[in-house]
Amino acid sequence: MDTQKTNSFSVQKMIQEKKKRKSAGGITEKIMPYILFLTAAVSVLTTIGIVLTLIFETFLFFDAVSIKEFFTAKKWYPFSETNGSFGILPLIMGTLKVTVIAAIVAVPIGLASAIYLSEYASDRARRIIKPILEVLAGIPTIVYGFFALTFVTPILREIIPSLEIFNALSPGIVIGIMITPMIASLSEDAMTSVPNAMREGALALGATKFEVAIKVVLPAAISGIVASIVLGISRAIGETMIVAVAGGSTPNLEWNLTGSIQTMTAYIVQVSQGDAGYGTTIYYSIYAVGMTLFVFTLVMNLLAQYITRRFREEY
Amino acid sequence: METTTATAKIINPQEKQIVYKTSDLDLWYGENQALKKINLDIMENEVTAIIGPSGCGKSTYIKTLNRMIELVPGVRTSGEILYRGRNILDKSYQVEELRTKVGMVFQKPNPFPKSIYENVAYGPKIHGIRDKKILDQIVEKSLRGAAIWDEVKDRLNQNAYGLSGGQQQRLCIARCLAIEPDVILMDEPTSALDPISTLKVEELVQELKKEFSIIIVTHNMQQAARISKKTAFFLNGEVIEFSETNKIFSTPKDKRTEDYITGRFG
Repeated sequence: MDTQKTNSFSVQKMIQEKKKRKSAGGITEKIMPYILFLTAAVSVLTTIGIVLTLIFETFLFFDAVSIKEFFTAKKWYPFSETNGSFGILPLIMGTLKVTVIAAIVAVPIGLASAIYLSEYASDRARRIIKPILEVLAGIPTIVYGFFALTFVTPILREIIPSLEIFNALSPGIVIGIMITPMIASLSEDAMTSVPNAMREGALALGATKFEVAIKVVLPAAISGIVASIVLGISRAIGETMIVAVAGGSTPNLEWNLTGSIQTMTAYIVQVSQGDAGYGTTIYYSIYAVGMTLFVFTLVMNLLAQYITRRFREEY
Repeated sequence: METTTATAKIINPQEKQIVYKTSDLDLWYGENQALKKINLDIMENEVTAIIGPSGCGKSTYIKTLNRMIELVPGVRTSGEILYRGRNILDKSYQVEELRTKVGMVFQKPNPFPKSIYENVAYGPKIHGIRDKKILDQIVEKSLRGAAIWDEVKDRLNQNAYGLSGGQQQRLCIARCLAIEPDVILMDEPTSALDPISTLKVEELVQELKKEFSIIIVTHNMQQAARISKKTAFFLNGEVIEFSETNKIFSTPKDKRTEDYITGRFG
């Protein structure tokens, strides 16, 4: 290496030497993609496994109970030895009541917060409020459950004396509070990513800030906003601890919000805690209920995808 | 097009009035002074070009004319800008009112992610015009005014983002025309466009000056020479020279202007 007179070493030479040692390690390059693929496959296979178990056990349930009874019977009364009834409608009713209340609470508050954060808040305010929202989203749901039972319910009982200790209203409101940060945070992300050029375009036409937020930013971010709402509602449907703690365990088909209810998730908890023997109809029923729950959330997600594509405003 | 000519203001050159009278305008971004003692009188129904190297304050100045500059945090101003005799820097002057009179076309085309029709109808709609028939007329007139009607009349309901960059920019001009402004501010409107689209926008500016007062910031000195009546040369936040465009380009008074227009810097 004549050119390396000033240096006592040659970089090229060192690279060549290292390379020789590395060639043994070349095998890493070859097997790494397989290892990564396997890790990715684990989650996919787990999902498939869960769905298959659900389907399989659900079929076993329908050996004992007819599909017709499951979807049309108006009573969910599984613990009776003699005249048990497996009609899922009361459980669906319980889930829907809680979900609708949660949505009524969470959508307006979440959207309003998102608009405030993305369009009005100063950088400083945003930097303080956003992490707080995210902390709120990280509170264990059991804490929310006791919050509903021991704080919200007594307050509501002051206002509505006929409210029972276990009811649909209180857990519904608290689930709404729980999913509000998620809707706010994801919607805010969607609105913040709308290019500023669009806001400027509208402002330059004499639009007020609020008009810009409602008529330009909101429509442009609608796909992300709808996705956040559907995600929030999905969580409300699947929420377990809050309803198990504060909702009660009385499946019923009434429209009344003040009485005790039972949701699909709360029923699964109830059976899991009890001593339903393996192989009994009650044991299999939790899979059938779980399957129904799964279909609900799946439909919600498909709906979200459809809406996002249908209403997307490309920019 | 009949309606366009009917509303055109026919003005005797002797009676031309000042649209914008800027007096001793200073502007700071935080601690940095971006504009220093600007004094400019901009006349109505002509094209005024603002040229200068990057960072000279020309964009800052034009954004001050419709107070879009306020979107930048930490901006302070002193001095005054009289628009038709009223100081727009006075906080009691409603920005929405000002921007309804003073339209703006941006450097990069920024149509809304809506249909072509909705883009043009947007301005009139937010100002309360809802009658579908009237909106239809406004949309057609504005698109004709921006010389883009023939290209888009068959696809008014398609998304504006399907148009080419040059068409998008003319659509943005149409959007601006839809509220029949008094002044149109253009902030380097052709810098993101190809030469043919640039030419079309320049021709359009020649048409528009019959009805509107136009202030255009440009990087391109030939463009300023081609389309403007008067030119202001900005450098380091100051107006170095402001006069008739042909004078600036043939016999500049200031050495720095001469250096800039002959390409010695910038």
